[in-house]
Amino acid sequence: MSQTKKELLVDPLVDNNPITLQVLGICSALAVTSSLQVSMVMALAVIFVTSFSSFFISCLRNQIPGSIRIIVQMVIIASLVILVDQILKAYAFEISKTLSVFVGLIITNCIVMGRAEAFAMKNPPVASFIDGMGNGMGYGLILLLVGFIRELFGAGSLFGVTILETVNNGGWYVPNGMLLLPPSAFFIIGLIIWAFRTWKPSQVEDREYKIQQAEAH
Amino acid sequence: MSDTQSPEPKGALAKFLAASPDSVGKTIFVAVAVCLVASMVVSAAAVSLRPVQEANRLKDRQVNVLQVAGVFEPGIDVTEAFAAFEPHVLELSTGEFVDDQFDPTTFDDTAAASDPELSVALDNDPAGIGRKSKYRVIYLLRDDTGGLDKVILPLHGYGLWSTLYGFIALENNGNDIFGLQFYQHGETPGLGAEVDNPRWKALWSGKKLRDDAGELQITVAKSQPAAGPDFYVDALAGATLTSVGVDNLVKFWMGDAGYGPFLANLQAGDF
Repeated sequence: MSQTKKELLVDPLVDNNPITLQVLGICSALAVTSSLQVSMVMALAVIFVTSFSSFFISCLRNQIPGSIRIIVQMVIIASLVILVDQILKAYAFEISKTLSVFVGLIITNCIVMGRAEAFAMKNPPVASFIDGMGNGMGYGLILLLVGFIRELFGAGSLFGVTILETVNNGGWYVPNGMLLLPPSAFFIIGLIIWAFRTWKPSQVEDREYKIQQAEAH
Repeated sequence: MSDTQSPEPKGALAKFLAASPDSVGKTIFVAVAVCLVASMVVSAAAVSLRPVQEANRLKDRQVNVLQVAGVFEPGIDVTEAFAAFEPHVLELSTGEFVDDQFDPTTFDDTAAASDPELSVALDNDPAGIGRKSKYRVIYLLRDDTGGLDKVILPLHGYGLWSTLYGFIALENNGNDIFGLQFYQHGETPGLGAEVDNPRWKALWSGKKLRDDAGELQITVAKSQPAAGPDFYVDALAGATLTSVGVDNLVKFWMGDAGYGPFLANLQAGDF
């Protein structure tokens, strides 16, 4: 591999971000980002799962039969996700109550499968671990950004601490209720993608088609 | 990739590892081995963490009972404060305690709701719960002289996305509401989840269930009904279906199919 370990870790944060460039993992990014605390726990859970699933899959990569490789990957990922879910239920009960169903859905998060299939099956364990961690962090970064915007303007608070006193609680701020609904994350992620691609024009994809120039007769 | 593998593997294990992963034997072996290891990891985690999780769940329930009764303060000893509450198993249809049949400290009325022996299917089901346990665990809080102070009754029902589970605390006359609180739900944060908003929960305090004629009048609605402000809780803005769900579940559990018989006994001064 030509990439150094540092590149494996830093590259997915902006240059090759799983959400903004590859547009993976959108479903959970819509669902869990209505509050910052939940976003952060979700981000940590995904970082844990992508790093370790990539690591274990990479350890086994020479032994996994091609015909059942996806199932083997799924079994490893699912076990790790259940592990995370159980640990959250035991040690972060309040958060697990709001997050539980989404933790289970990490299993179907395309980023985890994507890294397992695209990277861990072809690279040694340590590099795979770092690659998984980098991609998890890239996902987490966007989650925190979206969570920050949604919680601040949708509920007037950050990490549950009131910043803008809302009208419901006798303050002045009229919260934007739409920001608390999943569709708003679409707009925010779209704007973030726009910002990233304006900052780094190399991320802009080539057009799939070109409008035909009118020819002079 | 596999630079470390020697060209001629020695021993059965080395031969097996070097064999093509795509052979039938190896495919089955890898499938079985991965499943075995994964299931052991998962079950070990589930079993070893269960006591902590159970303790969390129990403590969460206790904290909610304390909160709805208005005796919770951050930092208090939950177990000690909860000891003041008297648990009882209540038979809903008669409104009598059946503590001799079930142990109130261990009886699980959520599990009982799916046990055909202990529950009934509901034909008229405004709360959207499907089956109702015939027995529920309720809590009595007594004052210093041993007289009844408050009763805490569990209730649940369907909102917009999820079943809301909560407690209602009533004064000793069985008609005045002291508080209502949900401890588990999956309503939309910021809209339906505002059932957790302390300002909205405070609206319940001092409301009455039934009017002087004994009709159940308590209503969660957008505008005040004819019965008057004592029976009216303002619905949540932007959460019509959650509010309707709360309205239905409170009416259901406070009505004759729910705690009606018990509340009648309570008013007759049986406890």
